[in-house]
Amino acid sequence: MSAAAGERPGDAGGLFGGRIRAGAGRPPLFATAICLLLVVAALGGGAIAPYVPDEADFTAILAPPAWVEGGSLAHPLGTDQLGRDMLSRLIAGARISLLTAGAAVLAGGTVGVALGLAAGYLGGVVEAVVMRVVDAFLALPFILMALAFVAALGTGIGNIILVMMLTNWARYARLVRSEVVSIKKRDFVLLARVAGLRPLPIALRHILPNALTSILVLGVLDVGRAIILESSLSFLGLGIQPPDVSWGLALAEGRTYMTVAWWLTVWPGLAIVLAVMSFNALGEWLKAGFDPRGRL
Amino acid sequence: MPHGEPLLAIRGLNVEFGLPARPVRAVADADLTLAPGEILGIAGESGSGKTTLCAAVMRTLPRTARVSGRVEFAGKELLSLPEREMARLRGRDLAMVLQNPMTSLDPLYTIGNQLEEVLRERRRGGGAGRLGSAVEVLRRVHLTAPELRLRQYPHQLSGGMRQRVLVGMATAAAPRLLIADEPTTALDASIQDEILILFRELRESAGTAVVIVTHDLSAIRRLSDRVVIMYAGRIVEEGPTVEVFRAPRHPYTQALLASLPRIEEEEVVLQPIPGQVPDLARLPPGCAFAARCPAAIPLCREERPRERTVGERHRVFCWRAGEGAA
Amino acid sequence: MSADAAPPMVEAIGLTKTFAIPAATLFGRARPVAAAVDVSFRIPRGRTFGLVGESGSGKSTVAKLLLKLEAPSAGRLLVEGQDIFAQTPAEELAYRRKVQAVFQDPYGALSPRMRADRIVTEPLRAHGMDRREAEARAPELLRLVGLPPDSARKYPHEFSGGQRQRLAIARALSVDPALLVLDEPVSALDVSVRAQVLTLLREMQQRLDLTYLFIGHDLAVVRYLSDTVGVMYFGRLVELGPARRVLRRPAHPYTRRLVALAAGDAPLGAVRLQGELPNPLAPPSGCLFRTRCPYADATCAARLPEMRLAEPDHLVACHHHEAVAAGAKAETGPMLQEA
Ligand SMILES: Nc1ncnc2c1ncn2[C@@H]1O[C@H](COP(=O)(O)OP(=O)(O)OP(=O)(O)O)[C@@H](O)[C@H]1O
Ligand SMILES: Nc1ncnc2c1ncn2[C@@H]1O[C@H](COP(=O)(O)OP(=O)(O)OP(=O)(O)O)[C@@H](O)[C@H]1O
Ligand code: SF4
Ligand SMILES: [Mg+2]
Ligand SMILES: [Mg+2]
Repeated sequence: MSAAAGERPGDAGGLFGGRIRAGAGRPPLFATAICLLLVVAALGGGAIAPYVPDEADFTAILAPPAWVEGGSLAHPLGTDQLGRDMLSRLIAGARISLLTAGAAVLAGGTVGVALGLAAGYLGGVVEAVVMRVVDAFLALPFILMALAFVAALGTGIGNIILVMMLTNWARYARLVRSEVVSIKKRDFVLLARVAGLRPLPIALRHILPNALTSILVLGVLDVGRAIILESSLSFLGLGIQPPDVSWGLALAEGRTYMTVAWWLTVWPGLAIVLAVMSFNALGEWLKAGFDPRGRL
Repeated sequence: MPHGEPLLAIRGLNVEFGLPARPVRAVADADLTLAPGEILGIAGESGSGKTTLCAAVMRTLPRTARVSGRVEFAGKELLSLPEREMARLRGRDLAMVLQNPMTSLDPLYTIGNQLEEVLRERRRGGGAGRLGSAVEVLRRVHLTAPELRLRQYPHQLSGGMRQRVLVGMATAAAPRLLIADEPTTALDASIQDEILILFRELRESAGTAVVIVTHDLSAIRRLSDRVVIMYAGRIVEEGPTVEVFRAPRHPYTQALLASLPRIEEEEVVLQPIPGQVPDLARLPPGCAFAARCPAAIPLCREERPRERTVGERHRVFCWRAGEGAA
Repeated sequence: MSADAAPPMVEAIGLTKTFAIPAATLFGRARPVAAAVDVSFRIPRGRTFGLVGESGSGKSTVAKLLLKLEAPSAGRLLVEGQDIFAQTPAEELAYRRKVQAVFQDPYGALSPRMRADRIVTEPLRAHGMDRREAEARAPELLRLVGLPPDSARKYPHEFSGGQRQRLAIARALSVDPALLVLDEPVSALDVSVRAQVLTLLREMQQRLDLTYLFIGHDLAVVRYLSDTVGVMYFGRLVELGPARRVLRRPAHPYTRRLVALAAGDAPLGAVRLQGELPNPLAPPSGCLFRTRCPYADATCAARLPEMRLAEPDHLVACHHHEAVAAGAKAETGPMLQEA
């Protein structure tokens, strides 16, 4: 506090309109690079991948990675039990994993932000009801909750996204409500009321932009979490279904061949770990910069 | 006046904002020294770089600022100090009261939470004696019902109360240098005096040097040993308070003092300085005050005035100062 | 006064506002604290009512009530004869257009992510002007408060405290309000700019017949702008009357103190804060000022002084106002103790 914390993040210019504090340390370059790479893979998918991911090639079943004896540069990371190129499958997996995670974060974020705004700004009964529901959702372990929802709704990408949204919206709602409660007491919001603005424009023009940085930080952290959730569900057979490809699914499929072809499980496993750690590292760094008091 | 080794020495300090092609020079070529235990007042035009100067010393400028020059504090060059050491200094030797009370307090935490946090930090930093409890800190700045205030949130306090909370935090452990940016603007005359007295006591009991930035010239006149007057990013006059107030030498200082409200025949008379404040991104080549200056000569518009000493430790940046202008 | 014909612009009748203070312990009870108690005053159209008083005495609370940012716990607030807390939504919208405000903290008043031209024209847009037309008026508004026209494209963090305050003033003036609530609008400005803005406010008032509620700590400034002055101490109005008379011949000991200090010549520490500041949770009996008052006696501890006439138009809440007005103890009492 005192002098050092004088500059509140909402008060200065910079990338997100906020200011990264020196206290946040150096940016995690490796993690950022991985995140970017994954985003490129997800968006560019088909164009980068050397093969069509579910194209079977029975002449190259269970080919090991290029540097292992018997491997070839044609399949740098090897092939699976149907001779499908692992690299292409990883890239396709990145696409599905990241897009579902992104969609879930976006959907959960939107719902959570809207409810948090309403609760924080309107107060009263709306706030009481929304916050009780939020507490209930936050109290449940998210994997269990997800399993229950999948059991009820069924599998499929749309449902997976829905389920992931159901497990993450509450965190956004809680964050946004606390931001709103603090921002709405600030003079510029009072003055917007004096100016004659109605609640909705006040919420959208004055409150939301000032809460945006924290929401973005939470969003980045949430991508990692969403990837874990999707992989777990897919691994359990409750998530992405073949012929779609996902890292969790690939991990499950490769399990049977673990002893003869380690690369079937190691690559997807590594991809999950790297992706999750990178998004978390990036998120934590942003958080240290924008939210030194650990409100998120 | 204390002499010898200065506590703070600012040399050729420049702070720029905006695009490098069209920079806003918020502080230009500032030179300033402060002895231990000295009280320095900074006054000047709104937007003349006072806050920026202080923020440069505290290293709390936004990243967009480009800073050059030297700031030495107790022999350490602050501008090149690693952030970790700087943070340690801020916790212990350097304290600042910021101009913006609401934004310096976190709206989500009670006054008590925030004050305790500061006190904890100060204790860890081994701050000099006198660290009292949170209640004592608030009592020192004359807040009524301090126990109650600790439980309140910033928005539940009046403007003046918030300002006093900040003063309380900054003076909780006697720092070696206290920078107070408009610490009393929201206070009534009687409590304002008490805060100024608190600063003076801090100097007397702990040898704290104080830089006070304020538009309240009477506060500066009564509290500070020396005064600096700024205009458009530059120091235009500096000298012993008594002398500057008795015989201001820079035309801007003179005009500033003249625009204090006066009472003539029962009427309050206000005399603003005519003309417009120059745009910091488009300063004229000569003296920035020339366009509004009653004493300006052609030279003033062409060339920037050089420093001129007009008395002991009294310097002025004005071409006509030597002639006892205006 | 001829103002009796039409209702005054503002009339406060027994205005009271209490806040609940959170309990000290988990199972304690929240307690009410009064921020303003039984405040009554009127402001005729086109005039300025100046409000001065100790920090935390309830001035901003009165301002917020007038702005409908808080609702009163008791009492009524009439604007042009109409109770502003009994308005239909349509009336409220019309009222929002009529009244604007400038607050004391220039750093809190501006939305950090909004550009200056949008900030100063936001009230216009809130009342239905389209964006292009509204933003076209920005340069004119900026010029009015002495900011260069290219400030229009800057964000609040690029301005100094005083420059921000001028933006806030430009914004308040944008909708041609009839009533302006000015809560320490010039404290953040240097004396020259302050003089400029005050001159501007006075000019605008004369030209547009504006009514001001002006809160300030600098008595010279308050006197420059105000027709009537109210002095608050601890939530109550303790003195009320024509500005010149109240600030020249105060009849309440607290006002006297303020006036003595405002002269500003006394060396620092010559006039010290004496006695105990009252505790809002356990206010003293009788007169609230008695803990610091050199004139206090048994009557003061026993009874709360009511507002009474000291002179025509000049009200004061003090049992000993004659003695105070005569300055019986001003120089020697504990109030003005020699350092
Ligand atoms: N982050 C920024 N980006 C661009 N310009 C800035 C920034 N901060 C300050 N400035 C400009 O620098 C100049 C100096 O500002 P500063 O806040 O130091 O003034 P000041 O002397 O403290 O004024 P005041 O008395 O009004 O507080 C101003 O003209 C301001 O517009
Ligand atoms: N929302 C709130 N909740 C609780 N108490 C409040 C709230 N707002 C104001 N108060 C209390 O009401 C009292 C009066 O505050 P107010 O802001 O009206 O004072 P003021 O006269 O404007 O003071 P200043 O000159 O310091 O601005 C203070 O004791 C303050 O703590
Ligand atoms: S009533 Fe008594 S205590 Fe109160 S101000 Fe007057 S003399 Fe002082
Ligand atoms: Mg400043
Ligand atoms: Mg106030």
